[in-house]
Amino acid sequence: MAEVTLKDVRKVYPGNVEAVKGISIDIPDGKLCVLVGPSGCGKSTLIRMIAGLESITSGTVSIGSKVVNQVEPADRDIAMVFQSYALYPHMSVYDNMAYGLKNRGTPKAEIDSRVKEAARILAIESFLDRKPRQLSGGQRQRVAMGRAIVRKPQVFLFDEPLSNLDAKLRGQMRIEIKKLQQTLGVTSVYVTHDQVEAMTLADVLVVMNEGRAEQIDTPIGVYERPASVFVAGFIGSPAMNLMKAKSTGQAGLDLAGGGSVKLREMSTPEAGRDILLGVRPEHMSVVTEDDADLLLDVSVIETLGADTLAHGHVAGGKPGGGELVVRLPGSTRVNVGDRLALAIQPGMAHLFDASSGRRI
Amino acid sequence: MIENAPIRRLIAHLVLILGILVVAFPIYYTFVASTHTLQTILRPPLPLLPGKEFFANYWQALFGGIGRIGGVGVDRLLLNTTIVALAVAIGKICISILSAYAIVFFKFPFRMTAFWLIFITLMLPVEVRILPTYKVMVDLGLIDTYTGLTLPLMASATATLLFRQFFLTIPGELVEAARVDGAGPWRFFKDILLPLSRTNIAALFVILFIYGWTQYLWPLLVTNDNQMNTIVIALRKMISFADADTEWHLVMVTCVLAILPPILVVVLMQRWFVKGLVESEK
Repeated sequence: MAEVTLKDVRKVYPGNVEAVKGISIDIPDGKLCVLVGPSGCGKSTLIRMIAGLESITSGTVSIGSKVVNQVEPADRDIAMVFQSYALYPHMSVYDNMAYGLKNRGTPKAEIDSRVKEAARILAIESFLDRKPRQLSGGQRQRVAMGRAIVRKPQVFLFDEPLSNLDAKLRGQMRIEIKKLQQTLGVTSVYVTHDQVEAMTLADVLVVMNEGRAEQIDTPIGVYERPASVFVAGFIGSPAMNLMKAKSTGQAGLDLAGGGSVKLREMSTPEAGRDILLGVRPEHMSVVTEDDADLLLDVSVIETLGADTLAHGHVAGGKPGGGELVVRLPGSTRVNVGDRLALAIQPGMAHLFDASSGRRI
Repeated sequence: MIENAPIRRLIAHLVLILGILVVAFPIYYTFVASTHTLQTILRPPLPLLPGKEFFANYWQALFGGIGRIGGVGVDRLLLNTTIVALAVAIGKICISILSAYAIVFFKFPFRMTAFWLIFITLMLPVEVRILPTYKVMVDLGLIDTYTGLTLPLMASATATLLFRQFFLTIPGELVEAARVDGAGPWRFFKDILLPLSRTNIAALFVILFIYGWTQYLWPLLVTNDNQMNTIVIALRKMISFADADTEWHLVMVTCVLAILPPILVVVLMQRWFVKGLVESEK
């Protein structure tokens, strides 16, 4: 068991391409840290640097209290689950799991008991003799996990382990990974581009963009207080409504696309400042016109059963400006052309500086 | 394609049977000739059915020694050729799999230069570099040795390229998984790469064994002693311009015996090869 500490880690590829631009993360012992971001944000590079598969240009990676920058992957006491599972195709499931232990000179009896135990935990005992190609995707995934478990490493590294599974299996395996990680209590780093996986699995959530950590927080912290426009737009589905606006200085905003929004229970930036207003679709509710913070002219309705999504633009706005989505309870009856009076739930309006994109 | 058109099927079968006859008849005729006495062969027409001399002819050829090639028996020729074909095939596979391993999985200075140098040798088969190679063999005293017969044929750009192409298809994550599992370069080669390459090795072995078996020009140059002849060279030496000097029945026996080992290799390896193909995946 060990904590993982990254200090100002950088990766510059030949040709001066900076993939990771100085990231510092502290992952406490036994916690699961999720790196999430769009493709090309450097999250895979980062996990591969922790694994030792990629050299570190500057900064330090420590596992436990030991700096491991110059340590071979095999000697870092880590185990990795790859996106393609990377099972050895010519070896049986048993041999796949035992291979790493064999290479370390673990006694045969010990290997046998560890493999059997891992197989029991993952419920793959019945196909220990099979070859990987005789297994389904979900079973291969389990074998890949088994290969990591038998090693009893200090750190688990998961590089998009569920992205090759179908949606249903993905949900199931997600819960199993969470359970497994909690039972074993092994510090883990998990890379994904799927925000649902990120939100459900993480103890520490790192949202990455263009080689930087935009925000490092708990999942709920990231959801409730996004540190930047990027985070606000990346986490949450449907995405947060982001509208260009100018502060009126008096508890209100003039939207760039026309129309206005009232701001309550929060400090208003100085008048005339360019800002971005962010409101999640689920954080608005229908109220009487007197209590409304903004008015929405509905143009499209998506009925999902549990929810109804109403798309439209802010009343008084020019067509094409001030586009907005609101998520209403499924029981709400709305028609195209209706004007909805909406109130933003207290504290759920997010203001970002228009030029820097950072939270105000 | 399954369809019920008897006439078309009949025509297809006729064409196939005709093809088989064209290919198989000379071989059958060789076999027939190898079971008759020299007198029968020399007095046309040759019978279409095997004669009574099967055991006598084969015994004489195998163990009696053949006069025109210095009394060497076909057993010795078969041994020589087997050694040459095996050494060439195994040697080529060993050298090319190792060089492909180095080129694909290791980063070292002048890696691409090494690759291109190997590639360029494709343009330099034995026939092109025959004089310098011969001179080197003479200077090293390797004339009339198995080393001299096989060494110059061993380096193979084709096999190296084949293995290289195959290694390039091995997913990077598999290599990395092995690294995390603590497999060093040698373990990775032995435990992962070799088992994955076995189909390629089997296929190459078949091709290279036959290549080695049928070598003509190089063995002709590098052997003077009849004891060191390969079967193909000996066959050529057995045939004289005057029909009367040629022991045609023994020539035919040697022909049949020369064909057998490659056929055996193909038939035996093919089963293994197909099995490997069916099992192959990455």
